[in-house]
Amino acid sequence: MTTHACDTCAAHAELARMGVTLDRFDRVVALAGNPNTGKSTLFNALTGLRQHTGNWPGKTVSRAEGGFAFNNVRYKLVDLPGTYSLLSASHDEQIARDFLLFGRPDATIVVVDATALERNLNLVLQVLEITDRVIVAVNLMDEARRKGIDVDVRSLSRDLGVPAVGLVARTGEGQHGLLEAVDGLTSGAIATAPLRVKGTPEFQRAIGELVPLIEAAAPGVPNARWIAIRLLDGDAEVEDALTTGRLAELVADQTRRVDTFSRKMALEGSQ
Amino acid sequence: MTTGQATALEAIRRAAELREQMHASFRDETVRSIYAEAGRVANRAARESADRRFSVDQQIDRLLTSPVFGLPIMALLLAAVFWVTIAGANVPSAMLATGFFWVEDQAAGLFDAAGLPWWITGFVWHGVFRGLAWVVSVMLPPMAIFFPLFTILEDLGYLPRVAFNLDFLFRRAGAHGKQALTMAMGFGCNAAGVIATRVIDSPRERLIAILTNNFVPCNGRFPTLIMLATIFVGGAFQSGGFPPVMVSMAAAGSVVGIVIVGVIFTLMVSWTLSRTILKGEASAFTLELPPYRRPGVLRILYTSLIDRTLFVLWRACLTAAPAGAVIWILANIYVGDTNLAQHIANALNPLGNAIGLDGVILLAYIIAIPANEIVVPTMLMVYMGTSQMSEMSSLADLEGLLVGGHGWTLLTAVNLMLFSLLHNPCATTIVTIYKETLSKKWTVIGALMPLAIAFIVTFVVAAVWRLAA
Repeated sequence: MTTHACDTCAAHAELARMGVTLDRFDRVVALAGNPNTGKSTLFNALTGLRQHTGNWPGKTVSRAEGGFAFNNVRYKLVDLPGTYSLLSASHDEQIARDFLLFGRPDATIVVVDATALERNLNLVLQVLEITDRVIVAVNLMDEARRKGIDVDVRSLSRDLGVPAVGLVARTGEGQHGLLEAVDGLTSGAIATAPLRVKGTPEFQRAIGELVPLIEAAAPGVPNARWIAIRLLDGDAEVEDALTTGRLAELVADQTRRVDTFSRKMALEGSQ
Repeated sequence: MTTGQATALEAIRRAAELREQMHASFRDETVRSIYAEAGRVANRAARESADRRFSVDQQIDRLLTSPVFGLPIMALLLAAVFWVTIAGANVPSAMLATGFFWVEDQAAGLFDAAGLPWWITGFVWHGVFRGLAWVVSVMLPPMAIFFPLFTILEDLGYLPRVAFNLDFLFRRAGAHGKQALTMAMGFGCNAAGVIATRVIDSPRERLIAILTNNFVPCNGRFPTLIMLATIFVGGAFQSGGFPPVMVSMAAAGSVVGIVIVGVIFTLMVSWTLSRTILKGEASAFTLELPPYRRPGVLRILYTSLIDRTLFVLWRACLTAAPAGAVIWILANIYVGDTNLAQHIANALNPLGNAIGLDGVILLAYIIAIPANEIVVPTMLMVYMGTSQMSEMSSLADLEGLLVGGHGWTLLTAVNLMLFSLLHNPCATTIVTIYKETLSKKWTVIGALMPLAIAFIVTFVVAAVWRLAA
């Protein structure tokens, strides 16, 4: 449907949309971002699915999954609900947070709105606390241009320490660059040095003390650092997950496929 | 206790200790440093020159969300959508019906000529096929017009403005402002509306939104409302000698009226729930008003025609075919000298009359529990089965059948519209309520509360109407 020049060029032919064919995939990529930044549009463009998109925040109410292949590597793409942060206990944020923490995606594309960069970067920084395999996709570049906003993605990439690409998900502009970044990051060709908010020295000491304890309590748990931050904050839910062993369950949960019903309804959006 | 648990408790205890020792505001500081960092990075990366379009957006928003004009503009937009739907759907609907019934006659003729027994011809063509034909010709044209128009509004970014405009009403009713968004989804399908309530964080407010979503007429019920509005309201204007534009406008206006009645019921029921079994205050939330975006025409056509229209039509056909078969069987099995359908309708008549309807309409609603889409076709098939008519080529014929043949009055039309708006959700929605709440209690309440309200309201309207007459 999009008629961008890239659709017809040879490089673009490397993208194969695979819809819901998810039986075999090599890598998992998560799509995160603030509400209404175009995650579902990008999801549809990459997978060829028709996840309902709409111009209102909060439209994607659960995880939707789809597949695509690029350079002969098969990816599973997980579209997470849009959230402004990862710190509150709301249902949406929990779905997004649990997947990033325990689903351990090989890469996370954080879609940000080029016209509201500052607000969107808050989420990016929070995601960087959880995982270093992040690509920042600066979407709605066309809208930003119309509004006279010029976004320098190289500066962004340098400051954040992870790849950043400009994107117009609706037309496919920048999509190839994004896929190359995904390929590079997941294959290990691109190394990242994520910007992490340091906090006070006593905060750092506290984290340093808690991390080994957490790793001992729940062996094999990813992101012990993040859990330490939450414990320090007195997050009752994380405390509960740690003592009841639900943490292990959560890890298993995230790798399980979303059950047919919820995926179907998510895909059919708002019939 | 396992060693893992012991270490976990140790970690939590230690975390609590460290928290005590640290500066009390460390959490705020962490959040603040994230925000400060985000601001620094953003300032380095983004350069803003002019801000022209932004102010245009703001100007539009000032009008669309203004306390004075916001709600009237909303009602006008809705009326415009319905008007285009009604004015545009009439002719194609009639053409489809004529075409389908011609096919039915020809095919039945062929079957007869081939010497097949009458009951096979009847079952296949006058039962199953006729059910399908009705559903397609009554539903397809309005949906093919309504859905693209609605999707355009959605794509433009109008829906959050609707939520914004209605927020003060929902807050007063003790419900969540985002309930307006879930209601907008309910226009498409109540099951989807129930799922959309996941955008509401508070379980209490989410339950209110789930239980009241049914008061938004879904597209399965729109054909009923549109047909009644066209025949009775439009018909009254037509015989009053008004020009066709006025006629369809009046019809559209009455559909908007019904939608507004639905909103009023949503608010009243929400208010009652949040003061009785679901006590609590409305919670605060932030609602982002997205920028207005130019809708992608091809994508809109695709989503609204393929994803919505054909999906809903297919679902309707799946239930219409067996319903057609059931009706045909009921109409062709005789006990004494009347058929089963008539027997059941007669038995339901006293109840039907009490609420200003009749037994056939109630029978249609019982058969249509799996999907509301087939209420009108079912009703017409039962009526026609008893009045020996085989086809219905225009709305005038329809009016003749209902008013002349079966004694419909304006009260019947008004109460049928109210009943259609308020009665129990379809089976799919009920199942969805269960899946979303995982509670038998709330599912039963979600199914029976609207039904009870529908009976009470139509009963009161009928009683007052008859008293006044």
